[in-house]
Amino acid sequence: MALDGRDPVKIDDALRPAMFDWLCRLGDNALILGHRTSEWCGHGPALEEDIALANTALDLIGHCQMWLGLAAEVEGQGRTADQLAYLRDAMAFRNVKLVELPNGDIGQTIMREFLFDAFHFELLTELSTSPNTRVAEIAAKALKEVAYQLDRASDLVVRLGDGTEESHARMQAALDHLWPYTGEMFTADAVDTAMTEAGIAPDLSDLQTRWTATVKDILDEATLTLPERRFDVHTGGKQGRHTEHLGYLLAEMQFLQRAYPGAEW
Amino acid sequence: MYAQMIKSESSNDDPQALAEFQARIDRGERIEPKEWMPEGYRKTLIRQIGQHAHSEIVGQLPEGNWITRAPTLERKQILLAKVQDEAGHGLYLYSACETLGVTRDELFEKLHSGAMKYSSIFNYPTLTWADMGAIGWLVDGAAIMNQVPLQRTSYGPYARAMVRICKEESFHQRQGYSIMMKMAQGTPAQKEMAQDALNRFWYPSLMMFGPSDAESVHSTQNMAWKIKINTNDELRQRFVNETVPQAEYLGLTVPDEHLRWNDDKQGYDFSEPDWDEFFEVLKGNGPCNEERLGARRKAWDDGQWFREGLSAYADKQATRRTAAE
Ligand SMILES: [Fe+2]
Ligand SMILES: [Fe+2]
Repeated sequence: MALDGRDPVKIDDALRPAMFDWLCRLGDNALILGHRTSEWCGHGPALEEDIALANTALDLIGHCQMWLGLAAEVEGQGRTADQLAYLRDAMAFRNVKLVELPNGDIGQTIMREFLFDAFHFELLTELSTSPNTRVAEIAAKALKEVAYQLDRASDLVVRLGDGTEESHARMQAALDHLWPYTGEMFTADAVDTAMTEAGIAPDLSDLQTRWTATVKDILDEATLTLPERRFDVHTGGKQGRHTEHLGYLLAEMQFLQRAYPGAEW
Repeated sequence: MYAQMIKSESSNDDPQALAEFQARIDRGERIEPKEWMPEGYRKTLIRQIGQHAHSEIVGQLPEGNWITRAPTLERKQILLAKVQDEAGHGLYLYSACETLGVTRDELFEKLHSGAMKYSSIFNYPTLTWADMGAIGWLVDGAAIMNQVPLQRTSYGPYARAMVRICKEESFHQRQGYSIMMKMAQGTPAQKEMAQDALNRFWYPSLMMFGPSDAESVHSTQNMAWKIKINTNDELRQRFVNETVPQAEYLGLTVPDEHLRWNDDKQGYDFSEPDWDEFFEVLKGNGPCNEERLGARRKAWDDGQWFREGLSAYADKQATRRTAAE
């Protein structure tokens, strides 16, 4: 029995390292995007938006706790979700580069959320019927919240894209800036392939097809233009090769745990 | 208390109408938005509720300062939810203010220009994680002390906002106390941070109730209107009586060498805060006035294109709908 009384994860021991990595990708995406989103708290462009952003951040940190908790269990070294979040260095983080980029203006924050949510939604939809029940349980819980986040972000992308000249220009600039980071979400490596072959995770190229359709629809409605540039210029985050930004984010996030090792809070 | 030194506005209304209005309040009736009210009552309420709303919003900043550095995932969630609650309190209170005929944008404008104030407490810096404990425990604690009686205030929308807000504030206070408890029972370094936070926040928390107003004409008028229920000194005394045993339980020392239990008054004798410092902070000379107001102005200015974009889209949609009809 796992500590929380649930069934232990049933997997082949040979799959453990890949599954640990893969779960860290899920958890780290949520953690790092949640962290970035939480930076807006108290600084939003309108009170309602401030509250909504805090909600999104709260949801994501909740997802991160579940994924990293499961990752720690799969790893079987006695680590906890908190230890994974607070005591790994950048090269051990497995999030895509897209989520660690600085927020930029609120338009860039919303555009990033939209591009990621559209992927996250498709991924969780698939995982919620994964034969691995522990994975399916977490995905189903997270999916409800992510469906709402995707609706909200899509709606804002449309309204700001088709708003004023300035809001249109800002949203287009945000899209152009973020676009070359989006391909990483769909670039499969040995870990992804192992998880797909084990039947736990979906094929990323199927997700890409649906993601592209959603993104095209919404950007169309928003009167924004899909960049012609390659979308997979900036990859490597999933393997621990990050941008310069992640180190600063971690220095801030992990400060207390690093400065006072072993203290309880 | 988030509203400090609220001056009452005089009313030039018909004396008979004023007397009837006062009689309603004395009978314990609630005043609702559409009903007649003296101009002075309305203006004073706008000032008080507006200042309270601004305090919630500016009050997000000192704690927001630690969200990205919270030491565990759970603490991060609790703090984020707390600061989000404060934004929600701002929202309820701006809505209550709008029922008095002033828009949220007008109120923001007055906050940004310095024409309206927010509580002095939020001009103090948050220097360590223990400050998240001290703020929840002391600052939310002092806010509760003030706001619980205001659930019985005469203006309906304000009273109802207070009921919702008070429930959440007691959560905040317990969460703050739990942080203090962990730190006070933690490593020597943590205990030192906890004591330091208490040392820095004790007197600013006492200042939250405002200077003694027992003799003030504004206070008398506001109390007659039931916009204010207790004097500042009464509330401060209650706060000290309740907080000192909590500090003792934590094993921390209240930074007041004159603090003593007084059997005759069944309350503590304690030192007054430095009121010169208080007035300096109100004038803009506190440690963080510029940062706090600067951050609010920046959020507003940076968000202008966003708000304009949304309203331009709403206009386009309205035009499209009319064209389609
Ligand atoms: Fe509040
Ligand atoms: Fe509060």
